[in-house]
Amino acid sequence: MFRTCDITGLKVDLRAERLIQLNAVMAVVSLLVGVIAALLLVLTRWQVVHLLPVEWYYRILTLHGLNALIFWIIFFEVAGLYFGSTVVLNSRMSSPKFGWLAFILMVLGFLLVNYTILTGSADVLMTSYAPLQASPIYYLGIILFAVGALIGVFLFFANLLIARKERTYGDSLPLFTFGLVAAAIIATLTLATGAIIYIPTLLWSLGIIKSIDAGVYKLVWWGLGHSSQQINVTAMIAVWYLGAFLTVGGASINEKVSRFAFVFYVIGINVASAHHLLVDPGPSPAWKVFNTSYIMYIAVLASMIHAFAVPSAVESAQRRRGFTKGLFDWLKNAPWGNPAFSAVFLSIIIFGFIGGVTGVVNGMEQTNIIVHNTLSIPGHFKGTVVGGTTLAFMGATYYLIPLIFRKKIAFFGLAKAQPWVFGLGIAVLAVSMYILGAFGVPRRHYDITFSGGPFTYTFNPAVDFFWVLFAIGGITAVIGALMWILIVVFSVFLGQPVRGPQDMQLQIASPPPPAKEHHGFEAPGTLTLTLLFMGVFLVFLLLNWGWLAAMWEVK
Amino acid sequence: MALLPPEEGWYYKRVAKDEKMWIALALVVCLILFFWMIVWHIYGRQNPSFTTYRTTPQEFNALANAFINKYRTGEMNGIPVVEPPPNSDVFLVAKMWRWEPVLVLKKGQEYRFHISSLDLLHGFSLQPVNMNFMVYPGYDYVLTFKPTSTGEFAIICNEFCGIGHHTMIGKIIVKE
Repeated sequence: MFRTCDITGLKVDLRAERLIQLNAVMAVVSLLVGVIAALLLVLTRWQVVHLLPVEWYYRILTLHGLNALIFWIIFFEVAGLYFGSTVVLNSRMSSPKFGWLAFILMVLGFLLVNYTILTGSADVLMTSYAPLQASPIYYLGIILFAVGALIGVFLFFANLLIARKERTYGDSLPLFTFGLVAAAIIATLTLATGAIIYIPTLLWSLGIIKSIDAGVYKLVWWGLGHSSQQINVTAMIAVWYLGAFLTVGGASINEKVSRFAFVFYVIGINVASAHHLLVDPGPSPAWKVFNTSYIMYIAVLASMIHAFAVPSAVESAQRRRGFTKGLFDWLKNAPWGNPAFSAVFLSIIIFGFIGGVTGVVNGMEQTNIIVHNTLSIPGHFKGTVVGGTTLAFMGATYYLIPLIFRKKIAFFGLAKAQPWVFGLGIAVLAVSMYILGAFGVPRRHYDITFSGGPFTYTFNPAVDFFWVLFAIGGITAVIGALMWILIVVFSVFLGQPVRGPQDMQLQIASPPPPAKEHHGFEAPGTLTLTLLFMGVFLVFLLLNWGWLAAMWEVK
Repeated sequence: MALLPPEEGWYYKRVAKDEKMWIALALVVCLILFFWMIVWHIYGRQNPSFTTYRTTPQEFNALANAFINKYRTGEMNGIPVVEPPPNSDVFLVAKMWRWEPVLVLKKGQEYRFHISSLDLLHGFSLQPVNMNFMVYPGYDYVLTFKPTSTGEFAIICNEFCGIGHHTMIGKIIVKE
């Protein structure tokens, strides 16, 4: 039931390997659906083309959200959880049968949801806010998918228990798996919240429950909706640490700090969902401020800690290899030809500078007035979950293909360029969407010329320029994603087999030589970069507060 | 070493000077941001209100109709135009796919807006000032606005509310 990997020396449970492969394949299928939908949406919202008719716009928007934000990422994460709890720990899969059950439920959910959307009986967008109603099959599909994923998470915990009991690793979990534990705890809470909201909603769509309170629905729904993005953040950061280790042999300069930051996520991050209700009629200001800031900042702090810990891991390893000249010699001499490295690095930059900075403004009680439900919101999560998580996961697959699928990476030259094309495309898209939102352009809106309405409104003419950027960024990102899908599908199904270490196109870095005695800073280059980030962050905050102060008064 | 168990004694290793500096700075910034939101409630002039009443679509519709009939001055594209006196209660109805009524307000005066929906969730988005609030059925959201600029303003709906969502646009006129 085991094979020993001739490249890493790790023991691989073949039954777990099969499940990792299947979940990864479904992840790619979901992403493909999401990406095709994305292209149609970009070409519709850009009014110069305005491709889709109105009902198909909302239908495809629903399709895009569920496939790109839910199915792709959760399938990939389940694959990652199995990988982190068996292969990494030299251990076995607790129950492959339940692994199959989880997979079948998730695929069934995937099919039902996509079927109902495409047949037009679930034009409710990803949030499906009650009293907007979809066909019961749609809610059933979501529930099946969530239950399947929940079983996958439980299997992860069971695998950990077995590995612990059979002592297949040392005393402490590796950091990557530790990060996945944090993600899995958040996932358990999130998916349970999903069940709490979708089960009554299903009963309501069947007519068994008479009505659903819109405020209660939205409150509980976001316990699922935003927390599920926190699973992604946590898993993404685990992948960052993994990437630093595989590509340059980098390890946290202080593991305790990195681990505490993961614990902070578990404590603080779920309540951060409250920032979706900042301009809602229900909750009081005290509730809003406490939940979104006092508690959320534990998570923000954790992100800032990781923002230092991951690049400094790279810097410290590189410096020990002798790249010690100046502040950024280590970065210049990093393995930029390794797509996993460039993917992780771009992911850190995009997540921090675009996703993180905008996220704090969106999550502050008063400045939320500026951005709520404008294009700034999807602009923000293009920076976090697409430029951050999706890009990091794409980078990780460049190791997953040779190690788990035992195939060489096809079109290796294309693979080197892929993170750049996708990353730059998403960065341009995210920034232009954020700016369009700042001009008041709404999200989830078919026609911003308001044709057919009783009045008309013309946005500031500057938006035309940002719409062009939006289209360029969106199309570039779609090309980058399609490049990745092409590489992955071709490698996995038609690629040349990997017979041993000589077929590895990516290096697995050996640990750097031990550190010499030195005084002063461990990672001055990283400190400079993080201080630069802090500067950008504060300037952006000041601009937003200044702008808020210039608006109509409201209380 | 992300893939290997950490080395012996990892828990007792001292935190590096630069990492410590960074964490301290980040913590201070987080604390300032937290208190800033509370300070803005005291000194700032833009805060999402905390007055909300429970209502029903029928009740709210009745209140809004009474309000419209009382202060009605005309009609614009089939939508009543209303000019309420300063410091009064103003009712704004959101329903698929229109905002009612058109409001005529005076600059620098306060108006107590009651905003609610008769059907689905809608989004109140005032342009070009770009202020955005959620509108719910069953909840009467009370926001006291004081327009600080004159001209014609659009209220666009920015929460998906069905196929005609993009035609849902209303108007506020602010006079000197």
